Order: sequence, then C-alpha cells, then structure tokens
Amino acid sequence: MTKNIMIVGVGGQGSLLASKLLGHLLLTEGYDVKVSEVHGMSQRGGSVVTYVRFGEKVYSPIIDKGEADFIVSFEKLEAARWIEYLKPDGRIVVNTQEIDPMPVIIGSASYPENLIDKMENLDIKVDAMDCLSLAEQAGSAKAVNIVLMGRLSKYFDISEEAWKNAIRACVPAKFVEINLKAFDLGRGNI
Amino acid sequence: MKTLMLGNKALARGLYEAGCSIVSSYPGTPSTEVTEEAAKYDEIYCEWAPNEKVAMEVAFGASLAGKRSFCGMKHVGLNVAADPLFTCSYTGVNGGMVICVADDAGMHSSQNEQDSRHYAIAAKVPMLEPSDSSETLEFTKRAFELSEKFDTPVIIKMCTRIAHSQSVVETSERINIEPKKYEKNAPKYVMMPGYAKLRHPFVEKRTEALTEYAENCYFNRVEMASTKIGVITSSTSYQYVKEVFGENASILKLGMINPLPKNLILDFAKKVDKLIIIEELDPIIETHCRALGLDVTGKDVMPIEGEFSQSLIAEKLGLSVPTGKKLEENLPIRPPVMCAGCPHRGIFFTLSKNKCTVLGDIGCYTLGAVAPLNAMDMTLCMGASISAVHGFNKANGPESQNKTVAVIGDSTFMHSGMTGLANIAYNQSNSTVIILDNSITGMTGHQQNPTTGYNIKGDPAGKIDLETLCRAIGFNRVRVVDPYNLAECDAVLKEELAADEPSVIISRRPCVLLKYVKIKPALKLDENKCIGCKSCMRLGCPAISFKNKKIHIDSTLCVGCGVCQQLCKFDALKVQEG
Ligand SMILES: Cc1ncc(C[n+]2csc(CCOP(=O)(O)OP(=O)(O)O)c2C)c(N)n1
Repeated sequence: MTKNIMIVGVGGQGSLLASKLLGHLLLTEGYDVKVSEVHGMSQRGGSVVTYVRFGEKVYSPIIDKGEADFIVSFEKLEAARWIEYLKPDGRIVVNTQEIDPMPVIIGSASYPENLIDKMENLDIKVDAMDCLSLAEQAGSAKAVNIVLMGRLSKYFDISEEAWKNAIRACVPAKFVEINLKAFDLGRGNI
Repeated sequence: MKTLMLGNKALARGLYEAGCSIVSSYPGTPSTEVTEEAAKYDEIYCEWAPNEKVAMEVAFGASLAGKRSFCGMKHVGLNVAADPLFTCSYTGVNGGMVICVADDAGMHSSQNEQDSRHYAIAAKVPMLEPSDSSETLEFTKRAFELSEKFDTPVIIKMCTRIAHSQSVVETSERINIEPKKYEKNAPKYVMMPGYAKLRHPFVEKRTEALTEYAENCYFNRVEMASTKIGVITSSTSYQYVKEVFGENASILKLGMINPLPKNLILDFAKKVDKLIIIEELDPIIETHCRALGLDVTGKDVMPIEGEFSQSLIAEKLGLSVPTGKKLEENLPIRPPVMCAGCPHRGIFFTLSKNKCTVLGDIGCYTLGAVAPLNAMDMTLCMGASISAVHGFNKANGPESQNKTVAVIGDSTFMHSGMTGLANIAYNQSNSTVIILDNSITGMTGHQQNPTTGYNIKGDPAGKIDLETLCRAIGFNRVRVVDPYNLAECDAVLKEELAADEPSVIISRRPCVLLKYVKIKPALKLDENKCIGCKSCMRLGCPAISFKNKKIHIDSTLCVGCGVCQQLCKFDALKVQEG
C-alpha cells in the first residue's frame, strides 16, 4: 500500500528540506519513493505544497483530496486550507504559528479564529504544537521543519536512529547539532 | 547507484552520461534546473544565453562543429526559438542535438498553457516524452543516438510534474564520444531556396522513416492486462492511469509522441473492447487515432485545460474518488507577494501614486499588478512592455504619453526588450521605459544574465552596461534612480514623463535575496508615536501588518530597507540601535 505525506506551508519556510529528509529516509528504508515539489514562485510567500509518496511501487507523484495519511503543516491557516486532502482517519501535525497572508495584511480579510478547534470538531486527528518556540529553543528559528519531522516520526515504525541519520545526511554539517536537538524537542524526547 | 533525483536533474545526468559537451539555455520554470545541474559537471560547457533563440542557435552551432549539444527552455521559450527550430529540422545535425521544452499544464508559473507537442508536429522533428526521472535519464541518452541516426534535432518534452518530481534513478558513467569532424556542406547547411528545396523532401522521408521506427521502438510499449478497457497515454498521465486502473486496463504507453505510430495503435485497438485516450492539454494522440478511423473516448470527457491527477481521471470516467473533510470556513487566499525589502516595491508605489498606465512585462515585478499597489495594466510575453508602450503612445499620443510607462526587468530587457527600445528610438514615440535592474534574473530563482557581470558558474564574465547601451540605441535621456528613495523616484518619474522626447529610467538595486546583499536589522515600532494611520501599509510589505490599532512589524521578515519610514509622518518606525 502506498502511503501519502503532504507538506504544506508558506513559501520560504523550509519545506524543501523536510521533503528531502523524508525522501532520503524512506529510500534508505527500502521503499520506492516519489516527491513532488513546486518550484519557481515558492520564494515569494505564497501557499506551497509538497507531496511525498512511498510504498512498494509508487506511480503518481501527487496526492489528491482524501488521500493523505499525514499532513505536516508549517502554518495554521495552511493546515485548514489543505485539510480536505487528509484521509478521514489521517492525522495532521501542525505548527500553530500564524503568518498573515496579504489579504489580511491589507485588511480585506481577517485571519480565521480557532482553526485547530474547528478541525478537531470534525473529528480530525490534530497534533498541534508551537514549533517556532521549540526551534528557537533548539538554537534557530529555521529549524521549525525538523521540529515537525521529530513530531511526525512518532507515528512511524522507523527507528529513531534512522531518522537522525537522515538528518545527518541532509543538513550541512555545522547545523546538524541544532537540528538533532530540534528533532528531539519535536519528538518529545526532551 | 540508486538515488532519488529530480526529473530536471536526471535530464542533466543524461546529458553528462551521453557525452554532451555544449549547453546553452535560457531559464524558465519548470525547465531551469536542467541547465543549473548540467553546469555542475566540469565536462560540459554551460551558459545562460540572453534568450531561447540565441540558446538554440548556439546549440546548433556546436552540433554543426561536431559536438553533442543541448538547449533547454520552458514552453513559451520555444515560441522565441521557433525560427531556428523549423529550419534546423531541414539542415539536420552533425553532432547530436537535443532540445528540452518543459510545459506547464495548470500554469503553476506561466502566462499560458500552450501544448509544445504542436511544435514537434509542425517542425517535423521527433519528440520524446518521459514519465519519471528514470525514463528522463534514459530517454536523454537515447535522444542523442536518435538525433545522429536520423540526422535531426530531437525534442524532449517535460512537464511540471516530471521536471519537479523526484523519483528513483540508477546512474552510470559518462561515455566517451568521439567528436564528428566538421566538413563544409553548403547544400545541407545553407538554407537558401535552392538548397532548402532539396532538403524538404529529405525531411518528409525522415518522418516516414521515424514513423516506421515508432512502430517498434524502445520508447513505446504495451502493457497488457484486462482487455475490457485499453488506454493510450503518455508522460505524467501514464502514472495517474496506472494509479486508477492497476490491472483493470491494458495500456499503450507512448514515449515518442512525434511521429506517432499507426500499426502499433491499430493492433492495440483490436485487442481491447473500449479505447480511452488520456493526455493533458490538447487532443493530439486522440486526433491521430480518429484519423486512423478509431472510435475513442478522449476530450469528450477529459478536460483540455489544467493538470490531471488520479482523482480527476477517475471522476471524469465516472469512477468513485476519495473525499476528505472540509472546513466550512472562508479562508483568505495566500497569493505570492513581493518580498519584504524587494527593490521593485518603491517604483510600483511611485507609479501607483502617480496613477500611471503601466504596460508590464514578466518577472517578479509582475506582482506589482496585485493589491494594494495594483500598478500594472498589461502583461503579455517577455519584451512586450516596450514594444506595446510605443504602440499605445502612437495610438493615443499626447493623451497617453505623459502618464504611460513600460516596466521591464534586467533579464527580460536583455531577452527581448532591446529590439523594442530600438523601435522607439527609430520610429520616435515619446515613451518612457523603466528598466528594473535588480542585478539578477529573480523570478526563476537567481540566474546570472548579461547585465550582472557573472556567468552561470558564478565566475566573472562580460558585463553589459545598460546606460551606455540605451544611449547607443539613441536615447538622450537615461536616468538612474534608487528605488529605496521614494522622493527621488517620484521626481525623476515626473520629469521623464513630462520630457518631450523618449527616455529610459533605470531603477537600480540588487534583489534582497542575493547572498552578497547586507540586510539591516528589522525596524522597530515606537508604539507611542504610531497613530495607526496605515500610511505605510500602502506599500503592501509582508513584514507590516495591523494589530490592536497599530502597525506591527514582523521582525523575522523585515530587512530594514526603510521605504516605509519615508511614508510615516509621525516618525514611528525606528532603526534598531546596535
Ligand atoms: C519566453 C520566456 N522565457 C522564459 C520565461 C520565464 N521567465 C519569466 S520572467 C523571467 C525573467 C525575469 O527576470 P527579470 O526580468 O530580471 O526580472 P526579476 O524577476 O528579476 O524581477 C523568466 C526567465 C518566460 N516567461 N518567457
């Protein structure tokens, strides 16, 4: 059975590192893997989505509505935007950070309230946490992506060491320590 | 070795392994990484050309000289390079010549959704269409063999989902290709009428030979399973079809999309009860099948617009699709925006304030079209801003020329703005052209261009001086402004619009995302001074928002450019000490 992970967030938040890490990890674990990214406009603060699919043999590189086993969201509003892509029994791991989109900034819309509650009211399995604080605690606001990976790792039958090896393989040497700490904080080890 | 590889990177790997030695391309999403990745191999000479036509002609010249050569571009780039394409189909090649064109169904980052397959048909050149990274690598290597065997340029057609998806590939070593000798052969390479008339029959015969080849070649394959349904498909659609049907349909997967086989399709059709054609964009395989007299399901149920997916195909064919839980909530959209500190912002603010009519172009600055700046009236294709402002002013004369401008980026100007500028100088309209020189090709992710002084490897290179160039073309009035200085922008814009001869304003400041640009500390709000007038918010800077009746500065985004300070009458935005 093919498993589907969607990574959603705001352009510039570092979702490409998260998908690189997952790709590396899952390939090492012996799965067939496909990762689909949208490049180009992604630096520019727009809504971005990455698909990671793995299994014995993966065909399509993309994930449709109702197909994601996991959604990893870097931002709260983006979690709400993509929630329809989650399987009814899937799980969403979400960073509770709020980043105002332009319509909110210029006052033509407001940032919706209580999004986490609203998702939970639909009986969706939501795992929400303030990843920005944990990343800062680990030593860099940029480590939000690895905090999220730490959290996601709890739901996988893959050894913690394999995850950490993937971090070592994908992150520049001088940031490995910070990122390993971010992973531990996300996973709840410390 | 098995690795996960982006489709574009796999194409670059294919170039390397095939012994390709010359690459000339112009960037364009989703094709850019092919050339960026190729540039990492020392064995391949790589360059960014000023535009796609130049790139293709460079690749052609290298092929003529006897080397395996390549050029890459996005779908609309092939419009620009169509001229050399149509005639190098006649000349054929010496060293193998491969062209990559990347389509963008769904328009993730493009101004239209044209289907490049039409070009292969019209120019009568073979086109290959891989369906994942592994095929991309293999097809690229075989494309060179095909090119040399049939004496033709070969096009590899990518699409966003193949170009920007990673899948597993197995790499091998670079082969050693003995360069072909260049031998003068005017009847083959000098395409004047007398010789071209002799080459056209060659092209027709080559198409016949290629059609024969397509009947039984590596690129096309039949996967027999249930014969109730037969699907003919290609590219990324093949992957969706496998996902939807599994063993419940037989598949004819076409990797060579031009020319299309006849007997292979007719034989496949005979073996299945119902024939469905699944192809993104235009009905090309479908039209071919209908011409063969086959009764098929195609664009009568499948859309011409947009990208496909497994669910879209299933739904259109009346099969069930999964659904998820939806929040009943009006969620604000999150469109891309100009970055905090983007040098384009100051100019667009000035244009908006002066209520100018702005004929725009393509690049990051096209984002000047959206709220709150709303400072763009037109965007068509690269270079069109300058030519169109001339036409606009010729048509409306004094009524328009004092408030109408063209805006164009540095890379776009080098791509196709210069010829339009020559037209203004020659045919004399009183037009004002603003060149937004941020010292990089921003939109496609920071590629060097002829104005930046560096080549694709980041080494020093020739640098074209825009002021000198514009003067040489015939402009007497060439002004340079700093877009972070709003007063200067406003004054110069007013002067140049009022002047009774054509002028160029160069707005110069490097893109804030460039590594060498020093970012200043975030500004700090003086809560006592801010009265919440929102004057600074007219800039549409993503670092400034409104919270609790006052401005809020997002310190993770603000780069201290200071443009907002110039709009604050209350001195509430402060430079941080230290
Ligand atoms: C014919 C063609 N080729 C390539 C592209 C892709 N493309 C869009 S904008 C752009 C260049 C933008 O660079 P520049 O003009 O310097 O503006 P910036 O983005 O830096 O503001 C490119 C290559 C295109 N749209 N059309």
